[in-house]
Amino acid sequence: MRVVVIGAGIMGAACALALAERGAEVVVVDRVGVAGETSSRCEGNLLVSDKAPGPEADLAIASNAMWRDLAERLDADRPAGQPATEFEAKGGIVVAFAGGEAALERFADAQRATGIRAEAMDAAALAIAEPFLSPEVARAIRYPDDAQVQPSNATQALLATALRHGARLVIAEVTGGLGRPGRLAGVRTTAGPIAADVVVDCAGPWSGEVAARLGARLDIRPRRGVILVTTPMPQRVFHKVYDSDYVGAVGSGDAALQTSTVVESTPGGTVLIGSSRERVGFDERTGVAPAAAMAAKAVRLFPFLEHTTLLRSYFGFRPYAPDHLPVIGPDPEVAGLVHATGHEGAGIGLAPATAELVAHAVLGTPTALDPRPFLPSRRGLRETA
Amino acid sequence: MRHVAILGGGPAGLAAAQGALAAGARVSLIDEGDRLGGQFWRHHERLTDPRLQHAWHRFERLRGALAGGGAQVLVGASVWSAEASVDGVRLRAVVGDADGDGRSAIDVDADAVVVATGAHDLALPVPGWTLPGVTTAGAAQALAKRDGVAVGRRTVVSGSGPFLLPVAHSLALVGSHVVGVHETSRMPALAGGWLPRPWELAGKAGEFVGYVGALARHRIPYRTGSAVVRVLGRDRVEGVVVARLDADWRPMPGTEREVACDAVALGHGFTPRLEAALALGCAIDGDHRGRFVAVDDAQRTSVAGVFAAGEVTGIGGADAALAEGAVAGFVAAGGALDDPRLRGPVAARRRTHAFATRLERAHGIRPGWTSWLDDDTIVCRCEAVTRRAVAERADVPLRAMRLATRAGLGPCQGRTCGRAVEAIVAESGGAAASVGFDRRPVLAPVRIGELAALADTDPRT
Ligand SMILES: Cc1cc2nc3c(=O)[nH]c(=O)nc-3n(C[C@H](O)[C@H](O)[C@H](O)COP(=O)(O)OP(=O)(O)OC[C@H]3O[C@@H](n4cnc5c(N)ncnc54)[C@H](O)[C@@H]3O)c2cc1C
Ligand SMILES: Cc1cc2nc3c(=O)[nH]c(=O)nc-3n(C[C@H](O)[C@H](O)[C@H](O)COP(=O)(O)OP(=O)(O)OC[C@H]3O[C@@H](n4cnc5c(N)ncnc54)[C@H](O)[C@@H]3O)c2cc1C
Repeated sequence: MRVVVIGAGIMGAACALALAERGAEVVVVDRVGVAGETSSRCEGNLLVSDKAPGPEADLAIASNAMWRDLAERLDADRPAGQPATEFEAKGGIVVAFAGGEAALERFADAQRATGIRAEAMDAAALAIAEPFLSPEVARAIRYPDDAQVQPSNATQALLATALRHGARLVIAEVTGGLGRPGRLAGVRTTAGPIAADVVVDCAGPWSGEVAARLGARLDIRPRRGVILVTTPMPQRVFHKVYDSDYVGAVGSGDAALQTSTVVESTPGGTVLIGSSRERVGFDERTGVAPAAAMAAKAVRLFPFLEHTTLLRSYFGFRPYAPDHLPVIGPDPEVAGLVHATGHEGAGIGLAPATAELVAHAVLGTPTALDPRPFLPSRRGLRETA
Repeated sequence: MRHVAILGGGPAGLAAAQGALAAGARVSLIDEGDRLGGQFWRHHERLTDPRLQHAWHRFERLRGALAGGGAQVLVGASVWSAEASVDGVRLRAVVGDADGDGRSAIDVDADAVVVATGAHDLALPVPGWTLPGVTTAGAAQALAKRDGVAVGRRTVVSGSGPFLLPVAHSLALVGSHVVGVHETSRMPALAGGWLPRPWELAGKAGEFVGYVGALARHRIPYRTGSAVVRVLGRDRVEGVVVARLDADWRPMPGTEREVACDAVALGHGFTPRLEAALALGCAIDGDHRGRFVAVDDAQRTSVAGVFAAGEVTGIGGADAALAEGAVAGFVAAGGALDDPRLRGPVAARRRTHAFATRLERAHGIRPGWTSWLDDDTIVCRCEAVTRRAVAERADVPLRAMRLATRAGLGPCQGRTCGRAVEAIVAESGGAAASVGFDRRPVLAPVRIGELAALADTDPRT
């Protein structure tokens, strides 16, 4: 079985590895190379804390568990020059200010019913866990399973491992499909045609455009996010700390600027403040509005941040579907085309489980995961594309 | 009345301010330095030795024009954000010491902006260059010009370009024994660059000859096709290895010799400060060997209302910066390029552009320099990243390479190492370089609290 994977972001890299390990002959095609786009312009949170009960939460719980073994495996037989995944299970703390306690508690209760570990913290425990947190915080819940990787390095590690399993990387742009209408037999690229039994579309925020080039319809759009990085300092943030308004922003389709605050420190001593959500197409001029709003919320969580200095900021475009659910599985109209996209702000976390579902779709290998909620045949993905 | 903002108070910015005033605009000029003058007229009100300054009268005239024209002059003000929109341009600055109290925020809204942010001087890595006692030529010059202090008792100057000469001269004037000036380019390149049409060099050639004369008076040897290829010492500089180079700047085996010294000044040209222009959306020309803001004859960039002048548009020295600034400011204010009052600057601009081309031909960085590096020579000093680490990841996109190696992610954000890292990537067969290392959305350090304050007060957010 010969498979072309379009895109060498986290999704393409994870799929390439899963397929190559299961015996497929894999060619990864990316126009810029490995981890050149969204997967190097994000945070590497592997979260369960922000997921409301539902199919994405189930996928996230499974994927979170898979990351632990995967990261260990990628790091264990790491040749010189291959970066480490920097997997760390540091856990998250979601906090609410006065007025938000009840909503947070209801949310956590619902999550516990689906199997997410969510532990209420009393004031004393919170003061020990995060001594620099604002005293105005009224409620805190700990999510011990929240973890992280360095997303760019994890993507590079996944692809390097896939290449060692026989996959090939071609740096070229996919310009169209091979085969007859309704039946894909490979791709045309700027480096020539590549024949394949199956083509997997892992083109992130561009996967709608790639689908169109392959004769399919898929509504995937970009949602811009900005992240702030401070100059290094002695560590004063010990977990991932989120304002519980995070929960509200993820599912919303509103075009206007939204921010939900995540504050954490990195091994290098910098503090990362994420992130904003705006639907502005691929506009690269971020302006200061998102940064200002995030800074204000971060200072509310950790007042000491007021006197710290911003070192840099960066932004990326989350790939999202109109119903904010990942799109994983065979295209309903074009045979030989499988999608793995639309993971919005959770693609790093969801990559291993997505790869397993893609292997299931392409090779028929078994999976305990339920593919149905993510199938591209669901309503609302083609009508607007 | 049209309001023109000028970002940068070096020769280009000062001339732009004067030009904009002459064309009848209201002018605001912003510079992060404590005093106007930029790199060229870097000075200290009391300590500066007038012999160290060139064309000082010109500076005084420009300052006078600003005062006379009622320009708003903001010094000690770092612009951290620059945005262009259909409504005009907005610059946001913070005034005051980054670590001190009493900082204040200033916004400048204008109809047009002249970006005159100049260039950093560039020092290519050399094994041993992280030892105390090694500085950039620019830093050595600044120390001499502003504070009257010499970097060392016995100094070796190495690098390329005519700017090494004033650096050596300044060092000599403040009492350092300059053991030698090693010009990396060879005589044929220099002759090819400087000699065929000497009339184009007019004033510059005179200046050059003047410096060579000054070096001779101070008995400072000037060697071409020669460079410091290693710095020696245990805890600080004790000497250097100099070698002869081929036309591509590759050291020629067997020509190495040791020279004792306690300071080294390295200057391999300049890296323009492009981040403000990039934030404003301006198109950039060139590659890692030289990348500049693209401008037309009137110094217009690709973005309406945004002009650029001086070293951000090409390395041509202070005269070029002055001519370009005068044109940019005048046109930004609504003046016409063919206005008789611009005749002088337009002619000077044409002349100095030829000089810049010549400069590049004679002194442009050649790819062979990387062969004087060891595998474990540190290239990115902030994050202690070696040449080997960069070369190992050269095959991935720049962004991924930086995240994997951490090259350019430290406090200087690649300002010092960017070009060198890109050269190593290119030499190792990596993807074509992009403006990746020059894009810094945060133009200058700003506090989280200062950002947060904008969330409440700014109607645009
Ligand atoms: C600010 C921000 C913060 C985020 N934080 C998190 C987080 O904490 N945790 C988390 O799990 N997720 C997070 N995400 C989301 C995550 O980054 C994405 O879901 C994920 O990176 C998407 O990966 P991908 O492989 O689908 O896309 P990409 O990484 O964008 O890869 C797609 C690839 O396709 C290639 N391509 C496109 N078109 C073509 C073509 N025609 N031919 C060839 N190649 C093509 C591109 O070059 C690119 O390399 C965040 C996103 C943003 C923007
Ligand atoms: C060591 C050295 C020696 C030199 N010797 C000579 C010589 O002998 N003869 C000669 O002709 N030329 C010489 N030059 C070159 C000369 O200095 C330049 O050609 C000239 O200064 C360029 O003018 P400019 O206005 O473009 O830039 P600059 O003089 O560099 O001015 C740019 C200004 O912009 C400001 N700025 C940048 N970004 C920001 C920001 N974000 N916020 C606020 N302010 C900002 C800086 O503070 C600076 O003052 C020398 C340069 C150096 C470094």
